[in-house]
Amino acid sequence: MPILSHLWIILALPLAGAAINGLLGKHWPKSAVNSVAIGSVSLAFLAVAELVREFWQLSPGQIPYVGDYFTWIVAGPFRVDFSLQVDQLTVVMLLTVSFVGMLIHIYSTGYMAHEGGYYRFFSYLNLFMFFMLTLVLAANLIVMFVGWEGVGLCSYLLIGFWFLKKSAADAGKKAFITTRIGDFGFTVGILFVFATFSSVDFQTIFKSIAATPVAEGTLTTICILLFTGAVGKSAQLPLYVWLPDAMEGPTPVSALIHAATMVTAGVYMVARMNPLFSRAPVAMLVVAIVGAITAFYSATIGLMQTDIKKVLAYSTVSQLGYMFLGCGVGAYAAGIFHLMTHAFFKGLLFLCAGSVIHAMGGEQDMMKMGGLRKKIPVTYWTMLIATLAIAGIPGFAGFFSKDEILEAAQSGPHANLALWLLGVAGAALTSFYMFRLIFLTFFGAPRYDEHEVHVHESPKNMTIPLMILAFLSIFGGWVAAPKLIGGIDRFGEFLQPVFTMYAPTAAAVASESTASPGLALFHALTGWPVIVGILGLLVAWWFYIKSPETPKRLAQSLHGLYTLIFHKYYVDEIYAALIVRPLLWISANLLWHVVDERVIDGTVNGVATAARESGGEVRKLQSGNTRSYAAWVIIGAVGFTFLLLLVLGMR
Amino acid sequence: MIVPVSYYLVLSAILFGLGVVAFVFKRNVITVFMSIELMLNAVNLAFVAFARAHNQLDGLVFVFFVIVVAAAEAAVGLAIIIMLARNRESLNVERVNLLKF
Repeated sequence: MPILSHLWIILALPLAGAAINGLLGKHWPKSAVNSVAIGSVSLAFLAVAELVREFWQLSPGQIPYVGDYFTWIVAGPFRVDFSLQVDQLTVVMLLTVSFVGMLIHIYSTGYMAHEGGYYRFFSYLNLFMFFMLTLVLAANLIVMFVGWEGVGLCSYLLIGFWFLKKSAADAGKKAFITTRIGDFGFTVGILFVFATFSSVDFQTIFKSIAATPVAEGTLTTICILLFTGAVGKSAQLPLYVWLPDAMEGPTPVSALIHAATMVTAGVYMVARMNPLFSRAPVAMLVVAIVGAITAFYSATIGLMQTDIKKVLAYSTVSQLGYMFLGCGVGAYAAGIFHLMTHAFFKGLLFLCAGSVIHAMGGEQDMMKMGGLRKKIPVTYWTMLIATLAIAGIPGFAGFFSKDEILEAAQSGPHANLALWLLGVAGAALTSFYMFRLIFLTFFGAPRYDEHEVHVHESPKNMTIPLMILAFLSIFGGWVAAPKLIGGIDRFGEFLQPVFTMYAPTAAAVASESTASPGLALFHALTGWPVIVGILGLLVAWWFYIKSPETPKRLAQSLHGLYTLIFHKYYVDEIYAALIVRPLLWISANLLWHVVDERVIDGTVNGVATAARESGGEVRKLQSGNTRSYAAWVIIGAVGFTFLLLLVLGMR
Repeated sequence: MIVPVSYYLVLSAILFGLGVVAFVFKRNVITVFMSIELMLNAVNLAFVAFARAHNQLDGLVFVFFVIVVAAAEAAVGLAIIIMLARNRESLNVERVNLLKF
């Protein structure tokens, strides 16, 4: 079936899965829920695969392919079509999202096997896939926004999946409200886009901006506003606080939504809007600065976390920072490349963490683990591969993508040495905290009661996705490998049209390094990112294997800094004091006790009281005494007669 | 000699005033009832006087209506008075004051 002319099928499949499981799954056996959930996502993946095959046969003139389905909103000049588009960027995102999503669905059947609300979980997960694919396929900002908000909703539902636990319910709310702050900026940005270009359609906007220049100030405003949305969704400074708390959700959710797909939506959006960003250098600089600072800053927090998932959460924030750094220095392809490899290795890391937690019977504190290497070998080896990938050790996926980003920050058209330094420092910290995680979890002596905790390897439906993702964590980056031996970066070349079609002419020619093949390989292998990556590994080894008392001594000698970082720079406390508590105070004391109770309730009750009091007085006229009624009638008649005479007399 | 219309009107007003006074001040329900009849007939007198003075029949037609209403009222009113007398064993209107706030 020609899927290209029926793009909606890709969306309809997971939506149908969500509807069927959500409405009917309650009384179904787990196997039926499984087959609906996994079946719909797998079919969606097959549809995407078929789409890619057809996409390959399109001539460059036919790309981007836009499928119009129906006119959704028409109001004066404002017109929104429900239309989907496919270009190279979409293809990369579709493949990543649907494939990783499918693996995580399979993994979840093992991880969630003993949990209540099984059908509900898979229904939400399918719904998430639907919204994420909508976001990726959207051909205009409004449809994208639907997907954007939809994934936010699913994120909220899944973080608060165990809603009986207060911390989980609170974390869900925090995620929803925090991202909403960013979404406000995004919404205003969309309005600005419409005000400027009279359209929200991507292709129309891009064509218009390529044909007629727009004032740079306007573009900077638009881009900063759009980026605000990305900051919220992709958990960048200063709105990153929700992501670590989001770890309250089930681990497959953390893997799918809060590592591999949803949080990368911001990066995707910035890359998608590249014709605007490329023309607003100030906004680009803001993106790069926010990305670089976040990459370094959250890596420092990751150093001290003891909860295995929290380490990965801060690591995700940090890696997202790298992606924004890539986009901000103009290397959109590198940012998207890192997005893809990150989806593989960070998804894998989370799934491995889930496997560890599963094996430990729910324990998440790394200080209570240790020595798991021999007991859960599959988890150990796959997690080690993912760690090598994220640390940027040559040969693994993360090496290629992170290297491209840092190279662009160092020598690209928008190079910035300070940001590059932050990035390299962050890479060192990344390597350190990831190997700290590995050493604490899998090496050394067990720090748990071996009689109480029966460590066991996870079932096949959990380990097989781990192995597939481990494979991708190694080889997923190799598409860019030929560059190092003098060829071309296949990934970058593939995405090139998206980023050059409407680019400003000055930047149209991406700087292709003309260094000799051997030199490029030599540079990459001996570059700072690799050196600091290995350095981080060695320091972690020194701290946690060779002489385990070193961290404690270091913590004592740098007590102030240690406390500061251990408490995550007190950012949550600062936000609570500056924003949450004043808001609650205003809500309670002004809005609740004054506006609601006094003004609104007071008005309503006052009207009722006035009616009752006056009625209480007036009803005394109804004495029941016939003669008093007669007197009233006469008084009325006399009064009326006088009035009549008065009126007649005046004429 | 023709009696001027004002004489009739003065008589009518006096009769009406007597009716009003009796209506308010008398306690016996039958007297009250009769005072209503007196007021109606005072008005009838005024109607007839005007009809005669203007040489038109409209006033006379009105009088017939008033007489019909008064007859109907008398029928219903007397029935009520009988029930009242049976229930209260009194014709004092002061004692009929149950229907109040």
